[in-house]
Amino acid sequence: MSAPALDFEALVTRGKDGSFRLEAAIEGMTCAACIGDIESALRNLPGLIAARVNYTNRRLSLEWRESAFELAGVFERLRRMGYRLHPFELASGERAEEEASKRLLRCLAIAAFAAMNIMLLSAAVWIGEDTDIDPATRDMFHGLSALIALPAAAFAGQPFFESAFNALRARRLNMDVPISLGVVLALAMSVNETLTHAPRAYFDSAIMLLAFLLLGRYLDAAMRRKTRGVAANLAALRAPLACRLGADSRETMVAAAALRRGDRVLARPGEVLPADGVVTARVSTLDEGIVTGETARRPVSRGERVYAGSLNHDGALTLEVEAAGAGTLLGEIERLLEKATSARSRYVRLADRVSRFYAPVVHLAALATALFWLWRGASIHDALVTAISVLIVTCPCALALAVPAVQVVASGALFRGGVLLNAADALERLAQIDTVVFDKTGTLTSPHPCVVNARDFDSEIVECAASLARASSHPLAQAVARARPDAPLLADATEERGQGVRALIDGAEARLGSPGFCGLEEEVAHLGALAPDVSLVAFRHGARHALFQLRQTLRCDAAQTLAALARRGLAMEILSGDRAEAVESVAKALDVANWRGGLKPAEKVARIEALRAAGHKVLMVGDGLNDAPALASAHASMSPIDATQFTQAAAAAVFLGDRLAPVLATVETSVEARRVMRQNLALSAIYNLFAVPLAMLGLLTPLIAAAAMSGSSLLVTLNALRTGKQARGFGEGAP
Amino acid sequence: MTVLLFLVPLALALGFVGLMGFLWSLKSGQYDDLDGAAQRVLSDDDIEEEGR
Repeated sequence: MSAPALDFEALVTRGKDGSFRLEAAIEGMTCAACIGDIESALRNLPGLIAARVNYTNRRLSLEWRESAFELAGVFERLRRMGYRLHPFELASGERAEEEASKRLLRCLAIAAFAAMNIMLLSAAVWIGEDTDIDPATRDMFHGLSALIALPAAAFAGQPFFESAFNALRARRLNMDVPISLGVVLALAMSVNETLTHAPRAYFDSAIMLLAFLLLGRYLDAAMRRKTRGVAANLAALRAPLACRLGADSRETMVAAAALRRGDRVLARPGEVLPADGVVTARVSTLDEGIVTGETARRPVSRGERVYAGSLNHDGALTLEVEAAGAGTLLGEIERLLEKATSARSRYVRLADRVSRFYAPVVHLAALATALFWLWRGASIHDALVTAISVLIVTCPCALALAVPAVQVVASGALFRGGVLLNAADALERLAQIDTVVFDKTGTLTSPHPCVVNARDFDSEIVECAASLARASSHPLAQAVARARPDAPLLADATEERGQGVRALIDGAEARLGSPGFCGLEEEVAHLGALAPDVSLVAFRHGARHALFQLRQTLRCDAAQTLAALARRGLAMEILSGDRAEAVESVAKALDVANWRGGLKPAEKVARIEALRAAGHKVLMVGDGLNDAPALASAHASMSPIDATQFTQAAAAAVFLGDRLAPVLATVETSVEARRVMRQNLALSAIYNLFAVPLAMLGLLTPLIAAAAMSGSSLLVTLNALRTGKQARGFGEGAP
Repeated sequence: MTVLLFLVPLALALGFVGLMGFLWSLKSGQYDDLDGAAQRVLSDDDIEEEGR
């Protein structure tokens, strides 16, 4: 079979010089040697200007000129080497974030350079105070400091000035207003002091303040960019390529996002349907677990409506895409999602809450200080100097680091453990929850079916069957293969689409597939009635035969995780779209008293709203498309990575792997992180409690101010580092 | 103290060169793939080609 043509027109960006660029996530890159393999494999393709692997975020960027270059060649070459490319469009948000983070790093470099050099000059002046520094030398040092500080502040202070200006224009106060005011006033006052040959200047304090604040912001931005990048890769891996049929039945692979209404799409067995649509040819059965939560499979035939995310089991289907229109399931869910998300965005983050209260207090304190000294008969100059030192010393170096530092450490630890935080406020929300609501299908149960009766058969038979199953792409066959992951691969197995696989083993033909394919209908009749979510896979090798029963089982650590969550005092509930009997047996096995089955997406949302109205903060854990609105309306939400794209976008955190333990670890880490955040805020409050009275009394020299500021920042950062230890324990063994 | 007149500018100039170097490296994308850069240095595929 020749490779179908590729069409990624929508994802290709054009450079100024007439070149084209495409970014793709690489699947299957496991070690550093792959960098060389991939790049040298692509080195001599005609028309290709550059192919560079980014090992940090597992992406390949391709640059070529139109002439003679075939994108399909790249895909085919890498596919034969065992890598799969998933092209994607850089979300505009991600690119903007990258730019913002680079800008912060540039500002930080300049501020740090200026701060270090000014500190050298200032230290000389401070020491000089004891050893009778020559006033001319001192003035020269102050002048030099001004020459470094003014341009540096004008450049590095921009992020703060802009944000403060925007806030003021919207008639609000944010943290950047006192920062900008303090920096500008301190610089202006210092210039005045330098010109009047006064003994003190505050260039060092102002620039050091900027440097520390920029450090906090850069760390925060870098952490978010990293998670965002991984999430974008995963989304690209999940976004399936669709096989579009042209007017002449030519097959073209396109990104599922590029499908338009009216396109005809071919879905092979074992593939996930790329779009909502109507079946126009052939019959098959669909596993719609991820869409509705229903575990029994649905047979579909011509004229029936099917939904994106369903897994195609038996036959190759041709669909006519019908993604547009509010009547489709996607449209419905999108509408619910929007409503739920807007309800949640009213939440105010801890740091903002503190600063909302803090900023006016700082301004009032500075103003009160100036007025007090004027009233006591001090000169305007002295009163202003004192007021500025109050502004500088309260400027929340420690406060600005208190929350981001903890977030960086905690999310870094979670990241290593396979949990990606999607939302900036995820940690704070997760720390507050008191109720956990689980979806059943794909969340409590493992996302793939498992063989449940492997022990009934000879281990040799199971191994034979697993070897055979490895040759097939059918989802049920893959489940059999997972029963013995180390079974040898058979070289000469042939697959008959929709039937099964066969191969010669020890001179006899072995078959794996539907009972009819293996001639085992009689044995199936003997089994009698099975539960509706059990699937059968038959195996025959000569006289030996087996009927494997497959069904979705609980994740291996579901019981322990739920027990541990219950021990933490969290209430537990199961809301599922599956049949009530199926939900009941799971709820009994996990010892959960509250459960509901057969729920529609809107009913799940209603239940969560009811819990919220009763004053509960709900963590929703779910994976199905039908869970997305519930995830968005819960206080916090988590989703396994196997979930649909919609669900990943709605969840505050996503976790990797086959275990449920990350949910517990995330809750524990968030609670710990919140505790350390509060400690940090308390630490910086205590620092202010000591420093502000000193500043108000006019006793604060620049040296003390600088030392106190760095000291408190250091303390807060060190305290934040403790958060990581907690989460480190569960990280082992995660990808 | 006239020594300061050229020592201080010299110190500042050296620091400035470092800063420019950093900004240049940032601009030329050397911080885009830190893990990859660490691994690429170990790759010895290029040696084989020269030896041929």
